[in-house]
Amino acid sequence: MANTEMFIRDLADKHGRRRESLMPILQEVIDARRYVDDEVMVNIAKELDLSAAEVYGTASFYSFIETEEVGHYVIRICKTIVCDMKGKDAIIEAIENTLKIKLGQTTPDKKFTFKTTNCLGWCHKGPAMLINDDVYSELTPEKAIEIIESYMHK
Amino acid sequence: MEKMINLTINNLPVTVEEGTTILQAARQLNIRIPTLCNHEDLCVAGNCRVCVVEQVGMRTLQASCATPVRENMQILTNSMQVRQARKTIIELLLSEHNADCTKCYKNGKCELQDLANEYRTGNQVYIDLVPLKHYTIDQSSPSILKDDSKCIRCQRCVRTCAELQAVSALSAAYKGSEMKISSFYERPMHEVVCTNCGQCINRCPTGALIEKNYIDEVWDAIYNPTKHVVVQTAPAVRVALGEELGFEPGARVTGKLVAALRRLGFDSVLDTDFTADLTIMEEGTELLTRLKKVLVDGDKNTALPMFTSCSPGWIKFIEHTFPELLPNLSTCKSPQQMFGALAKTWYAQKKGINPKDMVSVSIMPCTAKKFEATRPEMRDSGYQDVDYVLTTRELAIMIKQAGIEFMKLEDEDYDSFMGESTGAAVIFGATGGVMEAALRTAYEIVTGREVPFTNLNITPVRGMEGVREATIKVENVKPEWSFLEGAEVKVAVAHGLANAKQLMTAIRDGKAQYHFVEIMACPGGCLGGGGQPIPTSPAIRQKRAEAIYAEDEGLPIRKSHENPEIVQIYREFLSEPLGHRSHELLHTHYKPRKRY
Amino acid sequence: MEATKLRRVDFVFRPDNTSIDVLRKTLKRDADDIILELIDSGLKGRGGAGFLTGLKWKLAKEAAGDIKYVICNADEGEPGTFKDREILDRVPRRVLTGMAICAHTIGAKEGFIYLRAEYKFLAHKLKAVMAEMNEEFKKLGLDFSVSLRYGSGAYVCGEETALIDSMEGRRGEPRNKPPFPVTAGYLNKPTVVNNVETFVNCCIIANIGADEYKKFGTDNSRGFKLFSVSGDCSKEGVFELELGMTLADFVEEFGDGDTKAVQVGGASGFCVPRKKFKDTIIGFEGIPTGGSMKIFNSTRSMYNVLHNYLEFFEEESCGQCTPCRVGCQQLIKGIEAVKRKEKPAGYLDELVKLAKVMKVASKCGLGQSVGNAFVSIVENFREEIVY
Repeated sequence: MANTEMFIRDLADKHGRRRESLMPILQEVIDARRYVDDEVMVNIAKELDLSAAEVYGTASFYSFIETEEVGHYVIRICKTIVCDMKGKDAIIEAIENTLKIKLGQTTPDKKFTFKTTNCLGWCHKGPAMLINDDVYSELTPEKAIEIIESYMHK
Repeated sequence: MEKMINLTINNLPVTVEEGTTILQAARQLNIRIPTLCNHEDLCVAGNCRVCVVEQVGMRTLQASCATPVRENMQILTNSMQVRQARKTIIELLLSEHNADCTKCYKNGKCELQDLANEYRTGNQVYIDLVPLKHYTIDQSSPSILKDDSKCIRCQRCVRTCAELQAVSALSAAYKGSEMKISSFYERPMHEVVCTNCGQCINRCPTGALIEKNYIDEVWDAIYNPTKHVVVQTAPAVRVALGEELGFEPGARVTGKLVAALRRLGFDSVLDTDFTADLTIMEEGTELLTRLKKVLVDGDKNTALPMFTSCSPGWIKFIEHTFPELLPNLSTCKSPQQMFGALAKTWYAQKKGINPKDMVSVSIMPCTAKKFEATRPEMRDSGYQDVDYVLTTRELAIMIKQAGIEFMKLEDEDYDSFMGESTGAAVIFGATGGVMEAALRTAYEIVTGREVPFTNLNITPVRGMEGVREATIKVENVKPEWSFLEGAEVKVAVAHGLANAKQLMTAIRDGKAQYHFVEIMACPGGCLGGGGQPIPTSPAIRQKRAEAIYAEDEGLPIRKSHENPEIVQIYREFLSEPLGHRSHELLHTHYKPRKRY
Repeated sequence: MEATKLRRVDFVFRPDNTSIDVLRKTLKRDADDIILELIDSGLKGRGGAGFLTGLKWKLAKEAAGDIKYVICNADEGEPGTFKDREILDRVPRRVLTGMAICAHTIGAKEGFIYLRAEYKFLAHKLKAVMAEMNEEFKKLGLDFSVSLRYGSGAYVCGEETALIDSMEGRRGEPRNKPPFPVTAGYLNKPTVVNNVETFVNCCIIANIGADEYKKFGTDNSRGFKLFSVSGDCSKEGVFELELGMTLADFVEEFGDGDTKAVQVGGASGFCVPRKKFKDTIIGFEGIPTGGSMKIFNSTRSMYNVLHNYLEFFEEESCGQCTPCRVGCQQLIKGIEAVKRKEKPAGYLDELVKLAKVMKVASKCGLGQSVGNAFVSIVENFREEIVY
């Protein structure tokens, strides 16, 4: 897709073509497209003179660089101990029921992907979750449903 | 002068240069510290942790491969804490490893198995993680088999592919318990940029990366009474096979190799050296023709410098990485494939064998040759020109299976037909050898005199330097080559694809000008090939190179054009270099491949 | 060692209208003088490892090379820690001032804040402050500017060499040390990597002086520290306390009255049971912490706590070294097997041995600290793990 080629070339123009440009480029792809696919990685490899395997190996290391297709909104609920103690399981259940998908899945309309993540740094206000870059803390099942529903209508 | 550092290891004092690692210092005291991720050819990783030692006063153990010595260090390599840690680490590796040792191709040749044996790990303490891992075996490549269940994540292969070959077909991927060695998007090996060079196999400590072996297929052919099985042996095999069969590195075992092949039951025992000489005739003529086209005719479509085309790993590399330079590649097939094409044509004719009843086997120092033999370009005899390619290692297995006491074999000679060899052909096995052989012949064609080097040894193109250059001045030429009078022919040699990439980049960007360039995919050339005995190291490759040059000096004929069988084949079959038949059988063209 | 009494102080989050003045004053000082004062203050890195900050700067200053870097480690990922987020949100100028003092001291022209992906929501505000401060640096004649880099979800990148790898566009795999970043860090140049709070402390010391700073804390743990308090508490959040109090005092202040155990220092720290609260000093003479304090009351299953931590490490290990990659898997599978009675209770002793090997044989601080939580929980709450 010529589209992707141009997109990556522009990003390389912006961030540079050195190895240390790789993360900023990958991160901006995530911002724009939510995940990197093989075409993106091949084009990054070309621009930065890396092997495609190296780009893949680096991208797959990072939990927030998705290498499989995800939805427009990626919900990441914190599963680390304090959020767990404060009832993350009930939140998960509420969100699963609202979106009619299980953890790790994407809704058929590709709008939402629901995942867990490690400590978000909101332990004093758990349970917490991210939707893309936005934080939601002190969740209750009701509050979580309300938030998800507001995204459904976006 | 380097600063010297004093330390003790196991209470023994030792003084070493600053920058030495604990591991190296221990070796000076003849103390062996076990290692897995460490390899002489590669940068230090320090990730397997098998080599940890105790430094008195430190809270944690130190990886001896990665820790430089310091003044007054006190190191213990065998304290209770070290032993316990090392044993635990080996047990952990085993818990993640498919330890089906008796069924494993690397049984008896596995560094992890050796360590498990040494530390008497016995009953498995830890939970077997293998069933939880859903490991896969990638058998897609005709050269390399990748079995993740045997992988210990030492990343030797990753470093080999990146540092030595600049290919990086493999990378570490994911993290934590999911961490694995992966191709791009975990695609099958035959779909990615892998050149099949097999250098990763040479450095894999376990059975995670091995050659695709064709031993049983070759036995079947030998046992089949309706088949005539011809075998050819590459130059570099004769200086390395001994290492698998009881000899020290650098032993020349040409005569025993021939004897063993006869005992195995091959019907014709022939020598790839013959087509190495033929390659020189074809490639040398091609070079002179190209020079004439460019210098005299001003032909813009003829590319210079010309690159050698003997190394199939190099061929796949240039197809992927520098497709714009493909016109520079000599159209000559590799000696293996020239041999294959001639075996099922000229040889079959002369011997009265129906080529369909012929099985053509080659013994190669190389895994990329396995791939090369399957290329669609390589069927000019009307059949697959070479049916099976065995590595030096596979041949050693067959010799052992047959119960041949290799060390006690009497030397024998190759068959008299397509078995004649020259020193020029033998040195194909070392980096710079094709260049040297070509210069010996081309210079003499042009000037009528031998190359102006003592004893024909063109030393500037020899050695282990990654990229080497030389300039040969051509004077007092024969009248038909007058356009070369006074010319300075510039040549370059590179081995290891990382060096090749560097040289190709310079040529592509117009920063380096040459007439003729030799590239070998593997470090040291074919003698360091991916099918050669394991282990490999700079010292071992040096010994093999010395053996090659000794073999060259020991042969009565040392120039390709003086090989009587070469004279004969041109007289009887090919007429002249680059002639019609040559074009049909001995030359080919390659196509660009995707870079990613 | 004498413990201090629990005392709340207010330095870090004090309204910030002094940073530029502090910087102006400090830029006039000699680098060696700044380093001496910093060493004298006894300030140790606030990220958890506790290396003497002044010494780090000294080594970086003395390292050969014209190009040097200052990196602020804002990859705050330790479970239970969130104080750096509060700092960056509330007093980012103090952080940037600390970085600028460091740049002046070691001779760096470029600085980076490596912000974890989970805190990306802070970026907009942070960028504005950075632009403003970069201007201020220029006005003060300091040739130094700071830019923002992001993590992408990898706890191990909080380890300074992994962080550098990540900034260089690689997998965040910790490096062999030596060489340390102070001699060969980002792009192989001398680099100071300090935690967010450490830079703020540098700024505070430059302001109040080492003598004043030293009045706080104990011999081994100078000054004050931010604590991220969470779990079963009477109050949760970020609190600034003098270093050196006992855990008993801490629990008295923050516990819910039914505290069974406190995890000091996050998943990579130690679990202290009630009976040891009195004798445990929070600081380098007792149990140091990067700030994470998680309180568990008697309703909590310590098996769940341990399992949760191990799951965390199993995922967040970079995977390169054997003890950490395989060890984490064995520990979690091991306690599951004991719980399910597939392995005898005695198998826990094997696992404790393994955890101790991980502590000494792993390549970096991550693998070396997995054993802390494991051993302290198994030794103190063995029944809960088995039954």
